[in-house]
Amino acid sequence: MGYIPHSPAERSALLREIGAASVDDLFSTVPRAVYRTEPPALPAPQSEIELRRGMAAMAGKNADGSRWASFLGAGLYAHHSPAFVSQLLLRGEFLTAYTPYQAEVSQGTLTAIYEFQTHVALLTGMDIANASMYEGASAFVEAVLMAERLSKKRSKVVVSKGVHPEYLTALGTYLANFPFQIVQVPLGPDGRTDAAALAAAVDETTFAVGLQSPNVVGVVEDWQAAADAAHAKGALAIGAVNEMFSLAVLKAPGHAGMDIACGEAASFGVPPSFGGPLVGFLACRDAFKRQIPGRLVGRAVDAQGHEGFCLTLSTREQHIRRERATSNICTNQGLMALAATMTLSALGKNGLRETAVQCLSKAEYFKALVKAKAGAGPCSLAFAGPTFNEFALRCAVPVDTVLSALEAKGILGGVPMARIAPREGAWKDLLLVAVTERNTREQIDRAAEVLRSIR
Amino acid sequence: MSDTSAPGAPAARTDRRRREGSLFDLSHPGRTGVALPPLDVPAIDPPALFGSAHRSEVAGEVEASEVDVVRHFTRLSQLNFAIDTALYPLGSCTMKHNPRINEEVARLAGFSDVHPYTAEHLVQGALELLWLLEERLKTLTGFARVTLQPSAGANGELAGTLMIRAAHVARGNARRHILVPDSAHGTNPASAHFAGYSVIELASNARGTLDLAELEAKLTDEVAALMITVPNTLGVFEENILKITEMVHAKGALVYLDGANFNAFVGKVRPADMGVDVMHMNLHKTFSTPHGGGGPGAGPVGVGPALVPYLPTPTVERDGEVFRLSYDRPGSIGRMRTFHGNFGVLVRALTYIESYGNTIPEVAEAAVLNANYLRKRLEPFYHLKYDAPSYHEVVFSDRKQAAGGIHNIDIAKRLMDYGFHPPTMSFPLIVPGALMIEPTESEPKEELDAFADAMIAIAKECQETPELVHGAPHTTPVGRLDDASTAREASKPGSFAPVLRAPVR
Repeated sequence: MGYIPHSPAERSALLREIGAASVDDLFSTVPRAVYRTEPPALPAPQSEIELRRGMAAMAGKNADGSRWASFLGAGLYAHHSPAFVSQLLLRGEFLTAYTPYQAEVSQGTLTAIYEFQTHVALLTGMDIANASMYEGASAFVEAVLMAERLSKKRSKVVVSKGVHPEYLTALGTYLANFPFQIVQVPLGPDGRTDAAALAAAVDETTFAVGLQSPNVVGVVEDWQAAADAAHAKGALAIGAVNEMFSLAVLKAPGHAGMDIACGEAASFGVPPSFGGPLVGFLACRDAFKRQIPGRLVGRAVDAQGHEGFCLTLSTREQHIRRERATSNICTNQGLMALAATMTLSALGKNGLRETAVQCLSKAEYFKALVKAKAGAGPCSLAFAGPTFNEFALRCAVPVDTVLSALEAKGILGGVPMARIAPREGAWKDLLLVAVTERNTREQIDRAAEVLRSIR
Repeated sequence: MSDTSAPGAPAARTDRRRREGSLFDLSHPGRTGVALPPLDVPAIDPPALFGSAHRSEVAGEVEASEVDVVRHFTRLSQLNFAIDTALYPLGSCTMKHNPRINEEVARLAGFSDVHPYTAEHLVQGALELLWLLEERLKTLTGFARVTLQPSAGANGELAGTLMIRAAHVARGNARRHILVPDSAHGTNPASAHFAGYSVIELASNARGTLDLAELEAKLTDEVAALMITVPNTLGVFEENILKITEMVHAKGALVYLDGANFNAFVGKVRPADMGVDVMHMNLHKTFSTPHGGGGPGAGPVGVGPALVPYLPTPTVERDGEVFRLSYDRPGSIGRMRTFHGNFGVLVRALTYIESYGNTIPEVAEAAVLNANYLRKRLEPFYHLKYDAPSYHEVVFSDRKQAAGGIHNIDIAKRLMDYGFHPPTMSFPLIVPGALMIEPTESEPKEELDAFADAMIAIAKECQETPELVHGAPHTTPVGRLDDASTAREASKPGSFAPVLRAPVR
């Protein structure tokens, strides 16, 4: 039965109406050599009772953030998602609608996207934002490609090694077949991108400089210095952010010289879901809007003068421009952008600030325990640069030893840098620790106590 | 649109069932909709820590209570059309029913509240799920491996074309072109371009399928691949597919199948058996994951043995009872994105596949049956440019109505007044005035009849009361929005300044 409504009699009636003797008649133009009349080698169909049992068994084998004290971050941060968000996402009018090509029957989705664009523009300090991207890495890649289109035949992009390593790997994948050079600039001893090396790497062939803040080791970068280095040679500056709560207490990229902002907005109410679906964003100065990839929603009026919203500037997109489009992407990340929009609406100006201050305060509390006289056993702070809610510990014993000790006390202690950047030997003894408003003082005290006990 | 749609109805401008506006206009200073526990550690003063890098507030952000927010978004939802309310005939998009068990399962804490960097021994269930979904998709496609990483169909196309390029580079010549039929989805040429290839378009024959002479003529040694859609965007199966894949392989090129229409033959034909080397699948089409107002999707890519060395990393491997992530693939194209793909979407798709199990061919059968029934009912009233047998969708055109000055867009907008979403109109490009209709397997006979009745009534209106159709829609929350501005923008860049965000108040 599955989800097909026809009864056997109705099915026969439909076949009769179209003059087919059997279903096989409908597939008569499929070459017989490949047409399968036997069922595929799959198990028997499962009812909801069986599905619930089987899927719950698989889910039960995973360490989830509701049962464990988690300090995992590294580009994806487990913040509180208001209860109403998950419930409203289940409304069929949002869940089971498609891309709002038909504005007259899609004002709900279009209005929400317009709000998402506004939130992202406000947070990043940019003029405009698009309707969302798949996730952080593809947003970063699309930002680089956009900067290249805006440049006049330049060929080099300079990126900080403080950009998430998976963003940089994705950049390499997408750029593999373009005649562009990617130059990586190392971090200095304080955990910030080496400013002198960055300035030295930028020249007249550079179309963009890419920086992330807070960067992959949690350290807050200097947007303005990177923007100045880029602008001095006529390049554009791209600012990536993947912990969006930081923008409630830290200067926005758009207020500090950056030209394009991009990254991951899953911090706003999108559950981690083992890494997806998330919600990327891309924002920029108004002058660049004709080169921004992805969907854009704008305000419009109908014949009676009633205000509404519709997709706009679509002549940039693949369904019209095909191989000359600004990007091959077709969808945005609608439902996740909606989740972020609803969460931001409920948090509002005050909730954003309060959440950010809680994250910051708890992370600083953890850092203070590490720095205190009693210390953190074999672990110490790796970098002196300022951080928001994530910091790197340097471990004098193997990182796995530290994680095992924490695991024994119900703690997911952090992300080993070796896991996300296996080729960076200098980072192999680093453990990234992220703290959000979901973490309690008791969890932090417990973790610090475990660290002290490691011999 | 009239301001008074019925006697006694308030003016549209003030009717709360039809007007909502942006939450940025409904903000009230001092309100908030989320409460946190009291801070249980010493509070840090951000300006003291960050100095000149500090930001004191996000000016212009909303201030609203939970009640404000829940009502706003509930009202917004009521302005949307959705599958849950009626047949949604958007051709090529496969708007089928989204089973709610899938949603429940994806929300289990053991799936939704799991971090992607959790140690592998603590996420064996998540890795098992990825492994099992790959197995299921291998069974249904006949491919050697399937990567689950791409975020959506177009992202899968790019992954597939990048693998094609990597394979050619390994053989010593990347080659220069990808052949794409003129009936293809717009994403095909765009993806080929981003993989570094120039696109050569193939003209379709009188049946709307690939012209073998045209293929023969353009299939040079510099062709890296043919990107083909089966059934194509006309809903027509490429009868010569076996000959086509043989011709392409004879030239050392590869065959990319756009799997957007896999729902037309899932369980009945394994694409690998047709000689296909690589194919993406849109899980939000064939495997029922919700479209969500435009995403998230997921675009797994199946590959034959020739492309296995180039798969994105990591892959999930099984060693006995243990599942692990493998990064050991020296020829890999790298990563399409962070983490392990749209896992939550993959959970839903596997739940759907398991719900059908070995009866999944019934999905394709019912989808094709329903499309053919609509074709039968509508053929007397709408022009069918290509009359080859239809599979999951049928593409009519407005040719009969256009003679009287009514175009596909008018018919589409009038359908809204009858309570249906319009069909696809923007392609295939080879059918001017296209009305691309895909009912999917979800629709019962009475819903198909209601849709057909509406289409037939509109065909009559086109002759008898054309002004009704021209001015449609008449009953939606807003009328046709002025997209002349978009056209102006196309002809005169710089002359149009769309408002893309709410002003800061």
